[in-house]
Amino acid sequence: MDNEKDILEVRNLQVNFKTYAGDVKAIRNVSFDLRKGETLAIVGESGSGKSVTTRTIMGLNASNADITSGSIVYKGQDLLKKSEKEMQAIRGQDIAEIFQDPMTSLDPTMKIGRQIAEPLMVHKGMKKEKALAQALEMMKLVGITDAENRINDYPHQFSGGMRQRIVIAIALINYPEILIADEPTTALDVTIQSQILHLMKELQDKISTSIIFITHDLGVVAGMADRVAVMYAGKIVEYGTVDEVFYNPKHPYTWGLLSSMPTLDSSGDSLPSIPGTPPDLLDPPTGDAFAARNAYALKIDTEQEPPFFKVSDTHYAATWLLHPDAPKVTPPAQIVERQEKYATMQKAWLKTQQSTTPVEEEEEQQ
Amino acid sequence: MAKYLAKRIFYLILTLFIVITVTFFLMKLLPGTPLTNQAKLSKSQIALIYQQYGLDKPVWQQYLLYLAGAVKGNFGTSFQFSDQPVSYLLSSRIGPSLQIGLQAMIVGVIVGIIIGAFGAMKQNTWVDTTTTVVSILGISIPSFVLAVLLQYYLGLKLGWFPIAEWGGFIYTVLPTLALGATPLAESARFVRTEMVDVLSSDYIELAKAKGLSRMGVIYHHALRNSLIPLITIVGPLAVNIMTGSMVVENIFSIPGIGEQFVKSVLTNDYPTIMGLTIIYSFMLCVVLLVTDILYGIVDPRIRLTGKAN
Repeated sequence: MDNEKDILEVRNLQVNFKTYAGDVKAIRNVSFDLRKGETLAIVGESGSGKSVTTRTIMGLNASNADITSGSIVYKGQDLLKKSEKEMQAIRGQDIAEIFQDPMTSLDPTMKIGRQIAEPLMVHKGMKKEKALAQALEMMKLVGITDAENRINDYPHQFSGGMRQRIVIAIALINYPEILIADEPTTALDVTIQSQILHLMKELQDKISTSIIFITHDLGVVAGMADRVAVMYAGKIVEYGTVDEVFYNPKHPYTWGLLSSMPTLDSSGDSLPSIPGTPPDLLDPPTGDAFAARNAYALKIDTEQEPPFFKVSDTHYAATWLLHPDAPKVTPPAQIVERQEKYATMQKAWLKTQQSTTPVEEEEEQQ
Repeated sequence: MAKYLAKRIFYLILTLFIVITVTFFLMKLLPGTPLTNQAKLSKSQIALIYQQYGLDKPVWQQYLLYLAGAVKGNFGTSFQFSDQPVSYLLSSRIGPSLQIGLQAMIVGVIVGIIIGAFGAMKQNTWVDTTTTVVSILGISIPSFVLAVLLQYYLGLKLGWFPIAEWGGFIYTVLPTLALGATPLAESARFVRTEMVDVLSSDYIELAKAKGLSRMGVIYHHALRNSLIPLITIVGPLAVNIMTGSMVVENIFSIPGIGEQFVKSVLTNDYPTIMGLTIIYSFMLCVVLLVTDILYGIVDPRIRLTGKAN
């Protein structure tokens, strides 16, 4: 997995939260890479550890967080070994973040121009006038209309969508290498969502940044991401390219997530859901944490934690179902449909490429 | 803004009118008369004095007369201090009260803000505990106890400050400290609570994500947002303290209006009671108006603009 194009390498990250009830094991051995210029989506339900992962990267965890092991390597340096002062120099300069709720993430008593200009003044030592001039450019770039007149307005004078554009402007003003977007569209109307997503895609090309996109909305992932990592109970259970995870998922949890997502051609009367609730991370179960909710669970799932099995060079999943000795199971109907669609897509693609790579093999696995 | 001010001033006058009316009739319900304790006076003498001061007329007439005088700026003459006009009596005495009160407010609120902010920043540490203890002590120790303690230790034992005289600035230090404890404690407690709230808000998280230093986050984002609600309590507190604390004024022999108020109530000195009440309510109204305008200045969300109106 080591790659020169990686801009961020997270290895064996473990984060516990100390509480009165005991240690909550929020992140349990998470590893992933972020490649230069790509968008990596981290998908999972609430409490799966997505946000804690990004907070750990930013060094902004709550004071009761305890990083028990792991490394986060950015430009050859482990961010976990850096002092608070050193992290301050990285935050907002190399790594920036867009938050979930634009209604609460702007300072209500500061003019938005100043808020956008602040990272320039902090990191580049710029004078206020010069920083404000650049902030104005950034406001235009993120599509705030009539920017000249609005630079001295306060957040409450903007709509939710416009505020999220301002938050994006703040994050991008220093052209960060890495942009962490923590559910940036969750709090917005659906129509505004797509505008913001378009804007992010467009700006990613313009300023060539790599994005870690946190979301629980699979619909958003498909259009945004290059690669997807699926998280469950503080672990990554499957990762691969968008096509691989969407059309050829291997982990039963991914199956569950995808089946419960309505599509234009969903048939049937009811939308399936995943039964049960996520495990208590105060005392995570042995074996596969998803076993208790998994209709396809094997005996070994409750005893031993599944390692990552390779599906393709870019696609891995942590489920015993991929073990050569595992019984062959048929995924839910929706997933089979997806896989078939993917197979036809690939065949069509192969025809155009006149290539003879044997990819059919993979299909027969299921 | 001008329209808003005009409206507020109209309400101010209306409020004063109501206060005058209610106080006037309540005062008349007080048992006794200004001459109750003057046993040596004969009935005819009393009747003569009543006539002189217009006290023989029916209450409603007295009320109308008082109102007519007040509109012209004539608040009558005091009964107890040999015919001194109330306006002179009060204006000569309000200075010291205002000075001590203002000093106590400024010192108390500024120190309170600093202590409260530190408590919030170091939440759940010994610093925070100290903050809480200081504010609880400040609220629960009466100012006259503190006044006596200050007199004893800083005045008598150490001899740093004069004890009970009235002169230059040095004489104001101890009363300022004694009176300042309440605003200090109140604002420390208030700022701490607000700041703890603000520090866990999303925009503080964003400020940290921008790479601001700890102090940068506090100074540029947390402080202003935590101080806004403080304005609400500081206004009325200021009026309370500036109009004089009679006990503290007595202890330090300050010629203020605090002690006068009690004296005039005890002797049924009607014009002085009325004058003091009017001053008190006038100041409260003005402070509330200033508070509202200040709110708009520090919090853009409630700024008074042509658009918003």
